[in-house]
Amino acid sequence: MATVSVCQYHRGGFSFENCKRNALLEADINKLGFSSPAARKTGTTICGVVYKDGVVLGADTRATEGMVVADKNCSKIHYISPNVYCCGAGTAADTEMTTQIISSNLELHSLSTGRLPRVATANRMLKQMLFRYQGYIGAALVLGGVDSTGPQLYSIYPHGSTDKLPYVTMGSGSLAAMAVFEDRYRPNMEEEEAKRLVRDAIAAGIFNDLGSGSNIDLCVITKGKVDYLRPHDVANKKGVRTGNYRYKHGTTGVLTKAVTHLNLEVVEESVQTMDTT
Amino acid sequence: MMISARAYGDNGKMKEYHYTGPVEHKFSPYAFNGGTVLAVAGEDFALVASDTRLSEGYSIHSRDSPKCYKLTDTTVIGCSGFHGDCLTLTKIIEARLKMYKHSNNKSMTSGAIAAMLSTILYGKRFFPYYVYNIIGGLDEEGRGAVYSFDPVGSYQRDTYKAGGSASAMLQPLLDNQIGFKNMENVEQLPLTLEKAVQLVKDVFISAAERDVYTGDALKICIITKEGIREEIVPLRKD
Repeated sequence: MATVSVCQYHRGGFSFENCKRNALLEADINKLGFSSPAARKTGTTICGVVYKDGVVLGADTRATEGMVVADKNCSKIHYISPNVYCCGAGTAADTEMTTQIISSNLELHSLSTGRLPRVATANRMLKQMLFRYQGYIGAALVLGGVDSTGPQLYSIYPHGSTDKLPYVTMGSGSLAAMAVFEDRYRPNMEEEEAKRLVRDAIAAGIFNDLGSGSNIDLCVITKGKVDYLRPHDVANKKGVRTGNYRYKHGTTGVLTKAVTHLNLEVVEESVQTMDTT
Repeated sequence: MMISARAYGDNGKMKEYHYTGPVEHKFSPYAFNGGTVLAVAGEDFALVASDTRLSEGYSIHSRDSPKCYKLTDTTVIGCSGFHGDCLTLTKIIEARLKMYKHSNNKSMTSGAIAAMLSTILYGKRFFPYYVYNIIGGLDEEGRGAVYSFDPVGSYQRDTYKAGGSASAMLQPLLDNQIGFKNMENVEQLPLTLEKAVQLVKDVFISAAERDVYTGDALKICIITKEGIREEIVPLRKD
């Protein structure tokens, strides 16, 4: 039975058609004096650990654009399937789209097999896609989940290599997090101890790495249950300003004003709150 | 056969392959250690504030390395950029202050220090000190003075100035709140010491949210005719 997969046809290896076009575009932009836009990276500390009943995945929540914080509370733990989640470091768009594509394909595959998806299947799909793109997709992932074979944890690198290990860290804060793991990891930990270990590893990344910051998200996956704790720990609260910076009406000067009446009637009204933190 | 995008040149054609010889890797004498400084001048006071984080790349060297250096009883300098050059430059300034005091039998005024710093910096025009300086102090009449510099010695007297990594985030807010720019129908009250200190604290708290190089703690040096007072405020540590 042929596998159904959504979003792309893959025949043969990487298509280099667009490289010529990109080189020409890059030259044109440089001639005009501009630089091409840089992809936003997440900076990041992500990690995972296998414990007695399952896996615990952890991530920080800062997204950086150069050395400026673009998002103070972004979500780096992505859903792959009900029993498999994936943390992503590297280029933000790449981690987001890659995990969504594989999640979609895995759901179709699961309907085709009639079984709960396996972590090894997600791993195989991710590494085959990343290798096909020869490292141009900058996604460094920590994939974890529990299936019929037991709890499993994989680290996946942008060029397509994977490692199956009991504890892994990725991202710019990976060294800080790995230092904590190497000190305190033991096999077959209890859930509370495993959560504390992952929390402390991410905290080490948050405080010692400039590319990571804000809060700690955790995802505890066991057989039959997933605890998506976002945030698990608000390690850094927003600073409180004492002054009042609201402006009175009329502070901004109006140069010209043109009023056009539109005869409309309200048909439906809905309210969506904005995240102003 | 794998061909990467690097094999294509600007005009879209493939580049000729030839061995270019051994590649030289450059040593850079400079490093960027981050940090933000800010100075505000009032009617009879001056403030010089800086964060205390020293970083390099993605790491933190120290959480307690202030960038304000006291020069005289009425002048403080804030230096950010390459920490090695900051230390050497402040040593040179302190030595020159001593020499002046011994020859002229009086301390240097803020304006004189600023003029001297300009010549010191331009002296290394072709291998600059990688330092962004801001001097804050009281002038001969007791009024607040701020002098801001570029790395090669161009300077001017200001009412307020931000320098360093988060300067682009702080300067527009100061333009609005102290300079009353882009505002109409607003009572332009003179800046009091309390309001200035509150503003400096708030502005650094905001900078620490979005600039990765700014954080840990804020040190404010408050210069009045009574002397120099210090205040330390904690900032985000992530």
